[in-house]
Amino acid sequence: MEIDALYSEIITEHSRSSRNRRRMENPTVSRQGVNPSCGDELTLELREDGGVITDASFTGEGCAISKASASMMTDIIRGKSRTEAARLCSAFLGMIKGEQPDAETLDALEDAAALQGVSKMPARVKCAVLPWHTLKSAIEDLKDQ
Amino acid sequence: MVNIKNISDDFPILAQKINGHRFVYLDSAATSMRPNFVLDRIDAFYKSSAANPHRGVYALAERATAAYEGARAAVARFVGADTDEIVFTRNASESLNIVMYCHAQYALKPGDSVVIPISEHHSNLVPWQIAAAKTGAELRYLYTDAETGLIPDSEIERKIDKTTKIVAFAHVSNVLGLRFPAEKLVARARCVGAVTVLDAAQSVPHFPVDFHGLDVDFAAFSAHKMYGPMGIGVLYGRRELLEKMPPFLFGGDMIEYVREQDTDFAAPPHRFEAGTQNAGGAVGLAAAVEYIGAIGWANIESREAALMRRLTAGLAEQKRVSVIGDADPGARRYGVVSFNIEDVHSHDAATILDSFGIAIRAGAHCAHPLLDYLGVKASCRASLGVYSTEQDIDRLLECIPQVRRKLGYGD
Ligand SMILES: Cc1ncc(COP(=O)(O)O)c(C=O)c1O
Ligand SMILES: [Zn+2]
Repeated sequence: MEIDALYSEIITEHSRSSRNRRRMENPTVSRQGVNPSCGDELTLELREDGGVITDASFTGEGCAISKASASMMTDIIRGKSRTEAARLCSAFLGMIKGEQPDAETLDALEDAAALQGVSKMPARVKCAVLPWHTLKSAIEDLKDQ
Repeated sequence: MVNIKNISDDFPILAQKINGHRFVYLDSAATSMRPNFVLDRIDAFYKSSAANPHRGVYALAERATAAYEGARAAVARFVGADTDEIVFTRNASESLNIVMYCHAQYALKPGDSVVIPISEHHSNLVPWQIAAAKTGAELRYLYTDAETGLIPDSEIERKIDKTTKIVAFAHVSNVLGLRFPAEKLVARARCVGAVTVLDAAQSVPHFPVDFHGLDVDFAAFSAHKMYGPMGIGVLYGRRELLEKMPPFLFGGDMIEYVREQDTDFAAPPHRFEAGTQNAGGAVGLAAAVEYIGAIGWANIESREAALMRRLTAGLAEQKRVSVIGDADPGARRYGVVSFNIEDVHSHDAATILDSFGIAIRAGAHCAHPLLDYLGVKASCRASLGVYSTEQDIDRLLECIPQVRRKLGYGD
């Protein structure tokens, strides 16, 4: 993959953005994720109200790819139902595994679709999927509550 | 055998292009590249002499035995040891594990302590955690001065005490590139009757090391960091200690005589070499020793010192780069320097530099406790070998500013 495609404007903008990078007051669930290969660490916080994720945010340290992925993900899932969020999660993880998503799925993934190229960079796959794996665990936690 | 004017010409792997650019390899501390001289020797061994050493009386077997045992003698001369004090292992990690399994776990008891610097590589740290857990001994750390990266004398005096049975330390830190005061640590350990373990993985490629001269009890290093092949390493043990130690693995070649119910084990070093050994690796290591000898230490040390000065001076001039442990900019670094670029995670830096054909290491460098102690998450690390050139350094320095730009930080 070309370096300029990996660090495209949309990805680097998200990686530098602090919009979704904050602590939440009284989250319904707070979940930690670590990627030992990069040392990426992230805490994902979700507030759920009547089955809808009304707010999502993250804190932590990591590489540009993990931060961009977290920023995109929190944008996308805000306002979605828990089931929709879980569906997007499978779609994103499938895309990074190398599955070609259909046009509708690509649309639904919004900015996160820009990370598709990471599927060809084995060393950085873990960075891109970290927020989404953390989301998957957070959704499990929500089900248990 | 050596192209002294252009040493890098001896290394075929360096001639390739990476991502369309001249390949600049600055990760020799992870593994060094191998010259044709070493590759040819390994090839020749497998093409003409590779029978099983010690296991035949025919011509080829004798040739293989001579090659394998000759390699041991060459390595012993290289590090100032006796031939029967050199055990071939897979790598430095295995060597350190043998010290733990065959010495430490029997030598330690509750109330004893093992002392190591906080800067140790996991290979010289985790085995001591395990030894402490197995025996009830305490694992104690020597903390480096956060500014200079060096261990203060007071720390050595205070931490190494009557309870201390083992003092283990790297000769050169694989993160900081700084040389630790082996003489001082050994003297203090002797004073309290502790056994010393030297991790020489990052020193043997950069300056002459003399295990007898240093008076250490054990030492470990890997061939692959000193222009030799992967999969072969060395454990040095003082003869009296090796003789008292039980075997590590059991099997062929490490025995004297086997009866139905019990076995007499071979004397060291063969006691610690069970099964068919990496004879080709030993031949490659001996060739690497010869290659280093042909370049000459004076030459290697002066070249590497000049390159390191160029690199550290260049990093100091960069606007948004901080070197780890840089309070003393004149500090002599042996082949290794770690740094961070403001706002940038080292993995992004390494990915971007790779796109310019430059290989550096990123991450925690197998030294989590040190980075935690320094409050650093990860770092970039550039390291040198005999083939490194001024152009390599200049190319790195020229591309570093690109990293923040690619990530959209402006300058
Ligand atoms: C200081 C130090 N000790 C030990 C090791 C372990 O070497 P190996 O992986 O060859 O066992 C390394 C290599 O990374 C090192 O730098
Ligand atoms: Zn990452």
